[in-house]
Formats: sequence, C-alpha cells, structure tokens
Amino acid sequence: MEFVPAPPVHRVLCADCGTPIVPNSANLCVACLRNTVDITEGIPKQASVSFCRNCERFLAPPQAWVLAKPESSELLALCLKKLKGLPKVRLTEAHFIWTEPHSKRLRVSLTIQKEVLTNTILEQTFEIEYLVQHGQCPDCAKLAAKNTWKALVQVRQKKDTISVKEVKDGLDFFYSSRSHAIKMVEFLAGVVPVRSKSSEQLLSSDTHTGTANFKYTYSVEIMPVCKDDLVCIPPKQARQLGNINPLTVCSRVGNSLQLLDPATLQTCEITSTIYWRNPFDALATVTDLVEFTVLDVEPDSGRSRGKYVLADAQVALAGAFRSGAAQDDDDAMDYESAGYTNQIFHTRTHLGGILQPGDTVLGYFLTHANYNSDDFATLSSDRVPDIMLVKKTYPNRRKKNKSRNWKLRSIGKEAGEEGETGSGRGVVGRLGGRDQKKVEQDYELFLRDLEEDPEMRSAVNLYKADVDMKAAAAAEAKKGPRKPQFAMDVDETIPTRPEDGEEEEEEADFPEIQLDELLEGFDELTLGDGEGDTSEAT
Amino acid sequence: MATRIQFENSSDIVQTFIPLFESELGDVIPIVHTSIGGTRIIGRLTAGNRHGLLVPSTTTDQELQHLRNALPDAVAIQRVEERLSALGNVIACNDYVALVHPDVDRETEEIIADVLKVEVFRQTIADNVLVGSYCAITNQGGLVHPKTSIQDQDELSSLLQIPLVAGTVNRGSDVIGAGLVVNDWCAFTGLETTATEIGVIEATFKLQEHNSTAVIGEMRDSLIDNWA
Repeated sequence: MEFVPAPPVHRVLCADCGTPIVPNSANLCVACLRNTVDITEGIPKQASVSFCRNCERFLAPPQAWVLAKPESSELLALCLKKLKGLPKVRLTEAHFIWTEPHSKRLRVSLTIQKEVLTNTILEQTFEIEYLVQHGQCPDCAKLAAKNTWKALVQVRQKKDTISVKEVKDGLDFFYSSRSHAIKMVEFLAGVVPVRSKSSEQLLSSDTHTGTANFKYTYSVEIMPVCKDDLVCIPPKQARQLGNINPLTVCSRVGNSLQLLDPATLQTCEITSTIYWRNPFDALATVTDLVEFTVLDVEPDSGRSRGKYVLADAQVALAGAFRSGAAQDDDDAMDYESAGYTNQIFHTRTHLGGILQPGDTVLGYFLTHANYNSDDFATLSSDRVPDIMLVKKTYPNRRKKNKSRNWKLRSIGKEAGEEGETGSGRGVVGRLGGRDQKKVEQDYELFLRDLEEDPEMRSAVNLYKADVDMKAAAAAEAKKGPRKPQFAMDVDETIPTRPEDGEEEEEEADFPEIQLDELLEGFDELTLGDGEGDTSEAT
Repeated sequence: MATRIQFENSSDIVQTFIPLFESELGDVIPIVHTSIGGTRIIGRLTAGNRHGLLVPSTTTDQELQHLRNALPDAVAIQRVEERLSALGNVIACNDYVALVHPDVDRETEEIIADVLKVEVFRQTIADNVLVGSYCAITNQGGLVHPKTSIQDQDELSSLLQIPLVAGTVNRGSDVIGAGLVVNDWCAFTGLETTATEIGVIEATFKLQEHNSTAVIGEMRDSLIDNWA
C-alpha cells in the first residue's frame, strides 16, 4: 500500500501576529483585522427611546407616536432608526434580547457587514442598549391638562329644539386642530343657512419667542326655520321678494331658504345674508301639524310649477269620520270638543299632483291657532286661509311597525350602543338621552322625511341594514315548519309582511327607497369619516 | 538586514530613497542618481543583475550615456524596444534565472538572456502576469505572492533553484515587488511592514547571519572558483 500524503494546505503568516492563515485579501487573520478596524465605529452603542406611560406609545422621531408591542418588528424598526451610523454599513440581522420590562432597557443584537481595506468584508455582531425614557406624549399632556381640544364649533339653532340637546339649543363639535373646525364650519355653511362668528382665547404666550397658544371657538348659528315650517315674513320683506303672500310654507332648506305660497305656487329664495339682515322665526313647526282627510281634490293642471300642482281641496279633520270609540287621540278630542269635527274646509293647496280623495294630509290649522307674531297680527284676516296643507302623510303605512331596509350612520357612536337602541341615533341619541322617547320620536320623523323627500336623501348616505334583515330572517325561520322556504329567500321578506290579519290596503304611492340607492358596507366604514351624516344632527 | 523606509508618504518604495540607501550602502556600493525617460520610478522601469542592466525604450540617450559612464564596464547596459516598457514589473531575475511576463517579445526574451546572462522562463505568479511586481528573488531565495499555491511554488522553485516562500509586505500587501528592494545581504521594505513580515523576509533571503563582508567573501570565493 502506497502512502499518499494529503495535499499540503497553503498558508501564509498573518502580517500582524504571525499566525499561519489561509491567505485572504487583507492577509491578516480575522482577530488582527478586528483589532485594527472597528466596523461598528460611528454606531452608538447606547441610545434612548421615549415612551409615553399613559398611552404606552413610543416616539417615532420626529413627531409621531406609535403603538409598538415589546419585541415587535415595529419597535425594532423604531430602535434601528435611532442609530445614526447604521446606513453606512450593511445590516444583516437584528433581534431583541429579552430584558425585564421594569428595567426600562431594551437590548438589540445587531449583525452588520462592512467593507474594510479593499475587497475585505468583515461581519460583526454586537449589542446596543436602549434606555426607555418614560414621559408623556403631547396628546396625553393635553389630556392631563384638561386641554384636549384646540378648536370648537358650536352649532346652534335658536328655536325650540326639542331633543337635540347636548348643550342648550345645539351641539358642540370638538377638534384637535383648527383647520378641521374651519372645514366643519364651511361644510355647515354649504348645507344650511348659517351665521358664524369666530373667537379665540389665549391660553399661553411666550414673550421671548413671540409664540402664542390659542383655543379657537366658532359659533355657528343655524337659521331657525325648518322644512315644512309655517313662516310669516315681515310685510316689507315680502314686497321685496316679488310681493309674495307673507304667510308661506318653507319648502326647502339648502344653503338658502325656499318659501312657497301654497295658494299661488309663488316661491322665493332667501339667502342666508338676506335672512340674517332681517331674521324672522317660524310661526309653527312640524309638531303643530294636524292630520286631515282629503274629501275631494280638483287639480288645476294648467297651473303647476315643478312637482307642485295647484288644486282646490275639500278636507276634514282626520278624526271626523271615526266612531267615538276609536278616538283616543288627545288632539282629536280637543277639536271634537271645539266643534270642528264635522266641518268641511275648502282650501287651495300645492299638493294637487299627489293628493287623492281619501288620502291623509298634514296641514296647519290656522283658524284654530293663535300665534304670537306681530307680522302675523298685521295680516288682514282675509289673507289668512283656514288651513294650509303642507304634506301628504301615510298613516296606515306608518302604523305598521315595519323595519326599514336601510339605516344611517352617525358620528360619535360607540360600538356597544348599537344593539341597545336598534338603530343609530348617534350623537343625538347618546347625549340627548335624557328624554329617550322624544329622541326616538324625533329620529323617526327625520327618517320619514328622508324617506319622503328624495332631494333631501341625495345629501345623505343610506346604508343597507344587513343586521335587521338577518334578524327578520331568523324570526321568520322561528315561525316554524309552516313556511320553511321563507328562510331561504331573505331578500323579499323584509318590506311587507302581511300577518296578524289586521292589514289594510297598501298606499300605492308610498315613497319606497330603492335598493340601488343604498350603500353597502355599513359596518366596514370607520367612525368619524362620514361627515355627510352630520347634517342629520341639525 | 532589513530596513523599513518610506517614500513621499507611501510605503511602496518604487524609487529609491536616496539618503537612506546612501547611509546604508554607500560605503559598499556606489549609488548612481538618474532618471529614466524623465521619471523617477527607476525600480519599476528597469531590470538588472550582476551582469547587466536593461532600460526601457523611453530612456533618453543622455540618460543611457550617464548610466554607461557610471556603471563598471563588466556590467552591460541595453535599451530594450519592448511594448511592456515597465521592465521591473515584467521581469523578475537573480544572477542566474529570470521569470518574465508571458507576453514579452521573443526578441526581448533573447536580449534578456544575452545581457543578463540568465535562463528565461515565461511564467505567472498566482495567475498574475506581472511577475516582477508579485515576487522578489535573489540568489538566496524568493518571496512570492501570498496566494501562490504549493504546486506553483514547487514548480517555480525547481525552475529557479532557490527556496520560495509565499508572503506579504507592508502589512498584508501582496504587491511584493513594490514594497521590497532586496539584494543578497540587505533588504529595504516599506514602513508599514510588520515584524512578522520582516521575519519572513529575513528568513527567506537568508539575511540574518549575513553581513556584507561575509557575502563579498563568499562571492569572491565563487569568482575565484570560476576563474580558476
């Protein structure tokens, strides 16, 4: 057997220490190379991170405060950003070394590579210790100083706001930045006639740097006249506005006010500037409306304006033809005792296009009313009609306690709340909650208005009410094996469900909201971005 | 004996650092001041041994005449018309053998053999063609590029008939020719050269127990041998 020597390993001596090494580009052994060049040079071995003890967030320079769990990648990224020299080397690995949370220290192990001399890449692993400096972030500082907001928009409507009462007569919207508040004011000015005033309060000032810290308050007053309100404009102004009859009904509230004289179909626009020059109040509002039954209508199709058709109508009080036993309504009792029940009234109305004999209509009962208004008092009594019909109503339909297939989103609504009330009252329901019943009533009226007025609907986002559908489907399924197939086609079950035997004839022209008007994704949207919804709060 | 020197802040002693050489060698070897083609980088542009000196084609007539006058008659001097004009980089030689760049002209190869009275081998050192840059050889031994493999070292060693060592100068630099000037009893290295490297150089070129007189004595013995 022949001895074959292993091929001799080629070695040179390390230039510094003389150890035989495999020749490399520096011709130094790794230890000597490490001794001569420190690739971690320029990287601080200690650093500090700021931590807010209240909200448990870390400061991500320069200004942001981020939530980062211990040993999370976010925290690691934040820590690495703190190291100034790190961009000059190649980072190959970084991880946390466990530390006791109370030690207020974070330890990060880094492995970096860097080219030294020529063509020699050196890798090194080292540790960096971070000191966690506990402090308070500006947000928490503001909170602690009870100085949470920077700007405030006070929305007021000086009328008998029944239930929207976060504060008296309105709502307060708080903002952390002034520009957001200005945006809100501009939004309000775009939707409703408003008058706004801004004021600022000096919180603190620094005479050395000339900086001052202000709080801004925007007082926004909304015109007190609502849609369908009865308005008596001052006679002088009425003459200026095309000599309109001073007694009018408000037909629309946009960024200007539209008044309509039902007897002539004459309309006039009152812009907010004109209004605030000479403000007037509503004589009567929606709550003062009385139900009438239409006995006869004679539309004068030659005189129409837009959707309005002038008509002569004969109406009677809604309770007039009921049997005495059915009369449990308070208002109806009053009229009955006053002897109006059997009276037939003749009036001119703008609702000629939609009214049919037998319909129920809401209107102001002027002969029966007593208004404390100088302008109204100056009107000659022959210019004041007995009644003024305002809008058609659908009592039969309303009686059925049916669920809507849509709902609205509100700002300021918390997650747990939805289940309690069944629908989103939002700000109104939550904060004005002292009189829950009134809130519900008010909200229901608002929803009806929305249902009956497509113009108003166009400015509000409606969402499909998935939850209610499911609930209905579940209820349907619970009803047993009688109609098992109902559980399957959920979609059709919602709008009308004839049951209980007491159903009445359907009102054919009931304004149903089409499904394609509704938006998907009620639950997915985050709170606070639906500014369009704020209009409902007015 | 090895000495560290520095030239204009650089450890690559391509041009002699004259005062130091004079102080070290002046009493044994006459020192000639010259330029080659107007440049000072004499070491990289010329190649020579006991028998002769080769200068590149850029050398002016005046410089050639100056060298002719300064050198003893026994030393031949020849201007070489070679495209690779940095003769110090392409030729590594002692008094008996020369390694040359694989691409030098056949004529140049013949001139080298005739003038320097050496055997000429076309070789590479650790795959580098610039043999003069990456090795330094004397009659005693040779230092080669650190990446020269054992097989290559063996092959070169058998060609040159001297022991070879792979090593570095100037703290890990593999450009040995630039960092080391060496003769049979004395070596000059760059200032950065470490003690380890000096140790390797001294061992390789057998500089430790030698001094100039001993070498001269030995040379005289061999000369007498030759002539006798």
